[in-house]
Amino acid sequence: MNEHSNIEKLGGCSEIPVLKERGQREVFCGLTGIIWLHRKIQDAFFLVVGSRTCAHLLQSAAGVMIFAEPRFGTAILEEKDLAGMADAHEELDREVANLLERRPDIKQLFLVGSCPSEVIKLDLSNAAERLSKIYFPKVKVLNFSGSGIETTFTQGEDACLASLVPTLKETDEENLILVGSLPDIVEDQLVELIKELGIKEIAVLPGRDRGTMPSISKKSKFILVQPFLTDTTEALEKRGASRISAPFPFGEEGTTLWLRSIKESYGISDDKFEIVTSAPRKRAKLALEKLRTSLQSKTVFFFPDSQLEIPLARFLSRECGMKLIEVGSPYINRSIVDKDLELIEDMPVISEGQDVDLQLDRCRESSPDITVCGLGLANPLEAEGLTTKWAIELVFTPIHGYEQAQDLAELFVRPLKRKEALFI
Amino acid sequence: MKLSIWTYEGPPHVGAMRVATAMEKLHFVLHAPQGDTYADLLFTMIERGNKRPPVTYTTFQARDLGADTADLFKKACKEAVERFMPEALLVGASCTAELIQDDPGGLADALNLEIPVIPLELPSYQRKENFGTDETFYQIVKALACPQEKTEKFSVNILGPTALGFRHRDDVRELKTILDDLNIDLNIVAPLGAAPSSIKSLTKAHANVMLYPESSELACRWLKENFGMSYTEHTPIGINSTKDFIEELNQIRGVRDSFSDNSRLNFDWWSKSVDSNYFTGKRVFIFGDATHVATASRIAKEEMAFSIVGIGCYNREYARKIRSLAKDLSVEALISDDYLEVEKRIADLQPELILGSQMERHIGKRLGIPCAVISAPFHVQDHPARFSPQVGWEGANVIFDTWVHPLVMGLEEHLLGMFREDFEFNDTAGPSHLSNSKSKLSEEKETIVDNEIIWAPEATKELKKIPFFVRGKAKRNTEKFAFENGHSAITKDLLYEAKAHYAR
Repeated sequence: MNEHSNIEKLGGCSEIPVLKERGQREVFCGLTGIIWLHRKIQDAFFLVVGSRTCAHLLQSAAGVMIFAEPRFGTAILEEKDLAGMADAHEELDREVANLLERRPDIKQLFLVGSCPSEVIKLDLSNAAERLSKIYFPKVKVLNFSGSGIETTFTQGEDACLASLVPTLKETDEENLILVGSLPDIVEDQLVELIKELGIKEIAVLPGRDRGTMPSISKKSKFILVQPFLTDTTEALEKRGASRISAPFPFGEEGTTLWLRSIKESYGISDDKFEIVTSAPRKRAKLALEKLRTSLQSKTVFFFPDSQLEIPLARFLSRECGMKLIEVGSPYINRSIVDKDLELIEDMPVISEGQDVDLQLDRCRESSPDITVCGLGLANPLEAEGLTTKWAIELVFTPIHGYEQAQDLAELFVRPLKRKEALFI
Repeated sequence: MKLSIWTYEGPPHVGAMRVATAMEKLHFVLHAPQGDTYADLLFTMIERGNKRPPVTYTTFQARDLGADTADLFKKACKEAVERFMPEALLVGASCTAELIQDDPGGLADALNLEIPVIPLELPSYQRKENFGTDETFYQIVKALACPQEKTEKFSVNILGPTALGFRHRDDVRELKTILDDLNIDLNIVAPLGAAPSSIKSLTKAHANVMLYPESSELACRWLKENFGMSYTEHTPIGINSTKDFIEELNQIRGVRDSFSDNSRLNFDWWSKSVDSNYFTGKRVFIFGDATHVATASRIAKEEMAFSIVGIGCYNREYARKIRSLAKDLSVEALISDDYLEVEKRIADLQPELILGSQMERHIGKRLGIPCAVISAPFHVQDHPARFSPQVGWEGANVIFDTWVHPLVMGLEEHLLGMFREDFEFNDTAGPSHLSNSKSKLSEEKETIVDNEIIWAPEATKELKKIPFFVRGKAKRNTEKFAFENGHSAITKDLLYEAKAHYAR
């Protein structure tokens, strides 16, 4: 089954072997993150400098076209742009001028690099600097790359947030920064819980608009809410902030351990912690108990998608009683997911990268009860008789925190229930 | 560089995928970076495809650039051939791979594979998806078709249906029935369902049905030039176009008259029946791919007695055809793939019905104008489970139903007009059989205080009584009239003076 030569030990002291594969990847590129980032940051516009493929990806990836005019677009490179670089910059300036004139509500403009713009070495950081000179302070112009040659799926958000970090206001105040975009309702819930623990200064990266971006100091602490934020972590540390490492807040246990890491970092008393968390913990446990019967002992196979796989596998195995067969992730940053990895018992195959045909062979051979995979694979696997869960739903649905623990488990229960319920 | 929010067509390699996915025993190795696999989900989700598209993506990364992307490509080719055992291999590059100039054709050639390798040149920075389908199918035909003995009885091929085509699957089924009625044998359907080995047999047929010029015109022309195969140019969508198509087929095979059983056609009587009276002169705007727009225009004019206020297409390759059709209809043609431009045109024309693609349906939603989908690109909900062709007699029936569905029905329309101020039954409520369609027009489009011209309250009230689908136009005309005649305020009287002034 495995190609043993590909199995490497993850760095450090861990004994967990990782199957590393290189081949065809059935994973989105980083541009896809724009689909949620443009709703999350309400005064931002994401201007991809790319090809028709990029534009087509953005409108196809979400599976829906958004009814309102989206706050993203693609400046499509044409033959004449490829001929001479001076032209491309002039053309970009013109498109930006048109855009900002038509959308005066835009306060932050992200120039987003793509595969073609990277390959022709179109310098977008230079362009962002030049355009900033023209439009600042009314509009802040930043740049990051969402190209498929450098980023997978959620790494696009990482690159975006990392580009924001150098622009955060410097203070000398203490604060706690939650890092990673969450649905507004979940963000509010987590912030509320942390406030109740007694921490006053809480900020979120990304803020919902330019005015609510966090400030930062050497005394800032930060905690990730998403596991895919490697570059952002590095950028925050470079500015002197220190990271609170924790398992990710999925499920009752995950959320509790995540909050407890904050508690310990701030020296908050056990009593206080108990008072704040006991009610929502109880609720989450109760809700999960009901769903556990449907998931207990069922096997699950993760194809790589969003880097959420390891924390989710921890949730499914420890809190729902599922058996892990393979947990694939496009990229594994040990220092970020270690706390989740350590909690997983009966270590499954952990795979990084992808050779989709080989992975499909392994999946078919192990015939899991649920396969978590992308939209390109889901219907073909269903047609082969496997039960699947669209991975992208895990990125587009509120799943973090106590109150969503049940919703998260339900996402996995539903396909199983459906299979049982159908009689055709 | 051109800013695009939504696009009508994907890049040309997606067109190539539509051909490859439609076919059997063919594999496509696409030199492409990670992320381009998104295109798989178009097929597995929109068409609910139960197989992965037969495409291998080389998935090169930044660190491969300049080093071994060519090796990566060769490895992908070899592995794909071993694993999928296709009868022929398509090779090509996506937009990024085009820039690194690895020459997929040459690399694949060097592998000395035992199957035919068909290299594709898909200029991503100049052309688009429809070009990709036409070019890919042409290259396949050119590479594989060879002289064959003709079938004894007159037979045709159906050329053009692809994956992700608007109702292609059902069109083929309806067309087969019609050919059967006409006692014409069907040789091959391609690309849909054809294997490379069946492409070899295309030349057994006497003629070709060019079902969709967008995806088969190059191939049809090449087969005519090289094998003397005539092809039909009428697309049989709509009653009259179907009749013309049959006539054209008869001419090609030298038969004077042949019988096609159209007893299942209901459209003609449905359109003559009194309930259809309210269609007369309904103002429609038609936009989509050129073939569907051209056929829809004829249906709208001749078979529904609509009044066409504008037409257009997004595929420039057929701009001339649409321009000349527009001239015949005395309307302006809009040749554009800019969604915002199309939206602006529709907002200006204020039609009562839009016939368009998924994009126009969104525009219609924003503007509160009903829309029926007649063309790709389409949404998963326009790929129905039931048999719903556009082609032939049954296609005509489907089209009648589809176009009528979003409209407010006859007497209901009168009632809405008579009691415009009824709080729950008024013209912003939308058709009663469509619960969730609510006109957005009244809220969005009526900024009553303009920069210079002020609307008096009584005039505003009167404006609201004008049917919603002409209200925008009435407002603009009145303001223009007021401006030109030096009025700074619009009264109720002025509103009616303007109406009289612009009377047709």
